[in-house]
Formats: sequence, C-alpha cells, structure tokens
Amino acid sequence: MANYNTMELMICTAARELEDGASVGVGTGAPCAAAMLAQKAHSPNLVILFEAGGAAPLIPEMPISVGDSRTTWKALMASSMPEIMETACRGMLDYTFLGGAQIDMYGNLNSTRIGPDHQKPKVRFPGSGGANDFASFCWRMMVMTPQDPKRFTERCSYITTPGWLEGGDSRAKSGLPLGAGPYKIITNMAVMDFEPESKRMRIIAINPGYSEKDVRDNCGFELLKADKLVDNAPPTEEELRILRDEIDPYRYVIGR
Amino acid sequence: MDVIAQGVGRIFTDPDADKAREFFRQKSRKLESKLTTVKEAVERLVKDGDYLSIGGFGANRIPAAILHEIVRQGKKNLGLAGHTATHDFQILCAGKCFNRCDIAYIVGLEARGLSPNARKYMESGEVEVSEWTNYTLSVRFKAACAGVSFHPIRNMMGTDTFKFSGAKMINCPFTGTKYALVPALFSDVAVIHVHEADIYGNCRTKGILMSDYDLARSSKKLIVTCERLIPTDEIRRDPTSTFIPYWCVDAVIEQPYGSYPGNMYAEYFSDEDHLREWLKVENDPEEFKKFLDKNIYSCKDHYEYIEKNGGMQKMLKLRQKEWLMIGARE
Repeated sequence: MANYNTMELMICTAARELEDGASVGVGTGAPCAAAMLAQKAHSPNLVILFEAGGAAPLIPEMPISVGDSRTTWKALMASSMPEIMETACRGMLDYTFLGGAQIDMYGNLNSTRIGPDHQKPKVRFPGSGGANDFASFCWRMMVMTPQDPKRFTERCSYITTPGWLEGGDSRAKSGLPLGAGPYKIITNMAVMDFEPESKRMRIIAINPGYSEKDVRDNCGFELLKADKLVDNAPPTEEELRILRDEIDPYRYVIGR
Repeated sequence: MDVIAQGVGRIFTDPDADKAREFFRQKSRKLESKLTTVKEAVERLVKDGDYLSIGGFGANRIPAAILHEIVRQGKKNLGLAGHTATHDFQILCAGKCFNRCDIAYIVGLEARGLSPNARKYMESGEVEVSEWTNYTLSVRFKAACAGVSFHPIRNMMGTDTFKFSGAKMINCPFTGTKYALVPALFSDVAVIHVHEADIYGNCRTKGILMSDYDLARSSKKLIVTCERLIPTDEIRRDPTSTFIPYWCVDAVIEQPYGSYPGNMYAEYFSDEDHLREWLKVENDPEEFKKFLDKNIYSCKDHYEYIEKNGGMQKMLKLRQKEWLMIGARE
C-alpha cells in the first residue's frame, strides 16, 4: 500500500520539472504547491510569479487567490498584471501550469463553455483568465489534472487556450510566439509529452499502481507512446514531509 | 494594413480616441474637494446603461462598498469589464445589474469554487458576451490610457477566444509577423478601492497594482474609496507614492474596510467564512434572497453590513490574520 495519494504524487512529479534558476507562472492550488515544493526541496532560486503582480515571494502558506497578500510575502517586487504578463511576452517566463474542463490530443484547453450557443451556453466556466496569455508566452506549458475519458477528449468543443492547435506546424503558422507550447501533461496515472513532428500527446511514464491499459482506458483519444516507457518515481520521504508539514498542513490541496 | 481575420464578438465601447480626447478635454483639472458619500457618488456618477470597470483582482482590494450600493440602488443594463472578476462579479450578478460583458475571468472565485448564481445568470442568455483574456483586457485599458484606439498583442490567435472576441488580425508592417489588435476600452465609470487618498483624489496604494494604473486612467469617470484620508501635505512630501493623480478622480469616499469581505494588502485578510457562506447560500434561491436582504438591501451602508457580520471584533481578527500573527490561523 502506497503511503501517499495521487494528488501528492502529481505535485511531486510537477515539482521535479522546475529546475533551479528557472521562472514559473502559477495559479492557486496544486500548481502553487508544486512551485513551493520545488523551491523548498531542490530549486531555492526558483522565481515564482503570480499574474496579479506578486514577483519572487517566499510564500509562508498556500495563497487562496493569485492576488492575495501571500503572493507578495517577502517578495522581491509587488508589481502589476501588465508587468508580469509582459515579462512572459518578452520571453522570460519558462514554465506555467494550467488546467481545464477539457484537454485534447494537441494539449488545447477548454475553460470557457459546454454547449453550442455561445450567448446561452449549457455550462459556463470562468473563461481564459490568464491561461491563454501564459500558454501563449511561457516557453513550456504544463497541465496537472486527474485523467478521465470525458476530460481527455479528441477535440475540445471550445478552445480557450492554445496547445499545439491542429498539430504539426499549425501553431507556428498561427502567429503565436515561436518555440513556446505544451510540454508535459501530468495526471494521476501517467506523464505525457508531445511527439515532436505531429505534436500529438504521447505517454512517456506510468505512475506506480497504474498500467498502460489504465491510461488508455481513461483517455478519449488514441495516445501515442514513447519508444521506452519508464516508471514514474514515487514521492520521496523528504518531499512528502515538506509538502505535508510545511506547504499544506491543513491539507487544502493534498486532501482533495 | 489589411485585416486578415477577425472575431465575431461585439465591441461594447467606442474605441475612438478623438472622441475620448474631447471628453477628457472637458474634464475638470480644478483642485477641489471631491469628498462625498458612497450613496451620493453612485447616484450621481453611475447611470443605467453605463459601461463599468472595477479595480482590484479577484476578492483583493475590491470596491465592495460601491458595488453593494450599485445593487442597492437597482442600477440596470450596465456594461461590465469582467476582468479578473470574482466576488465583485458575484455581487453584480446578485443584482442582475449588467446585460453585456467583456469576459476575461468570471463566475469563479479561484480556489474557492464557482458561484452557482453567477453561472445561472451567465447561462440564462440575458447577458451578451465578448471573450478576452486577463492580459488582453488589461491591454485594452492600456491603449485607452495612451489615447490610441488599439494595441497589438501576440496571443489569442488560433483559439476560440479570438473567434468570440472583437479583435482583428493583421501582418506587422515592419516584420510581417501576425499580430492581433485589440480595441481601446474607454469605460464610462470605474471604481477603485485604495489604501490612502487626499480630499482631491490623489491616491496611494500598497502591494500589487493589478491593472489599476491603466484602469483608472482609461475611464471617463472614476470613483475612489480609500481606507483612510491623508493630508495633501503628505502626498506632496512623497510624490513618488502617488499612483493616481487627482485629475482622474470624480469622487473620494473614506471607507475603512471598504474591500471587506475581500483582502486588503497589509490591512486585513479576506473573510473566508463569509465568502464560503455566500457561495453555499446561492444554491437555494429562497435562502439567497433572504441573505441578500440581510447583507445588501436592508443595509443603510457598508458599516451596517460589517456590523451584521461580526463588526469590529471580526475586523481585528482579519487584521491579525493578514499579518500571520500567532493564533490567527483558524
């Protein structure tokens, strides 16, 4: 029996992607926990940026909002939304973590609506927020999300936020800044990246306790597969200690 | 520059910079007191049908007292910039105050969840919408602020966010690269809550600025509430700290705890219990009606609202929470 849950595993997996000296734009919840863990565990010089203006804080506890006071605790700068977004526009933001109600085989995301009528949607979600901005400008966009066949859909019914668009060179031709795009998809079951030519999602690592079949059964489209699948490493004792004792003692995120 | 693609979203405000300049030409530069009350400012400066933008971000440094008054006075058919909007949006949905909305972020309260009532209102078909993003909507304020009718951006293309926006795509005349152009957004009225202001409207704030620098300057009329009034001598002693000058401002109201139940940097944290209660009560229309009667319609002013939700004792607790003092964690 594993001594951790899938949320903890996803956060630890995400944190390991953030190397020392990199910059990351994060939202509240799991992405923020991953950035905080990276900073405490192995990347003390990780630059954490919040879209509302908080820049390079030493966050004492989980923020509730990307604009609340925690996002500027012992920060280097309390700035503005244009300042943070333009830092990304200029090419100085390396990573971001996003999510959505739907994700497709090219990593496009829907966080706007379900239903055909835009002016009278069946279900209305928040919209882009800063997601379309960060996904367009940050060099490497990652997604942390639980995996099921409804969420992982062949085509998003509405594309709020760009992944590799139609695949191939479609993103490069769209006018979006060159070289940036989806990088890794981290789920409760696996880690995916994108095949370099087609830009289709492919499995690269399987989480402990899951099989390749589980991953495929919980995806609404055909996943490609890397030449060699690896087993994703479970959280270490030290990662779990930091996450549970220091970052999220009230289990706001890891208790979900 | 030929337009090579464009969105179908309606542009709710006139981006014409010359018309805006004519308006600003007439705006007073007189150094005179603009001190007033929340009630008077909303009566005088917010007209049915006006296009409204709101300062702050999420439930942080929001002009809650003004928003309650807009609902209380039954303002209708407003246009709204749904820019980083969370609890502020939830308040205006409760009063069904607007019928058109530029959307960047709405309906949600970030990590707290989605507002059932805001969602219902946005799914009703009563509100006409255009889609944008947090940054592109702030860029629309920035264009207006600079007195130009559009601003280029490098995102939204290839997505439905572009398709349902009012943006247009062109090729850069210098490099040939594709750009989206977004139209300037001149609001009729903006409301912003700040830390300190003098009686003329020179404003200071602490912490992050969100998009308020541009939002304040791009609006034709501006209502400011502040945690406390300070003397103009103090403004002149440290002019570096002024982030909105008085000539942008039409009304100043001293409103301590004016962002409550939102967070105010270095003053008080958000009242998460109250925000949770608000989200929960929206699930039951009867209970929600009673809740709104208690917290908005039957309240004379923001002080009465605060009094009904724990008064000064609660405010002191939120102050301690803001500073992470021992025992402040619940």
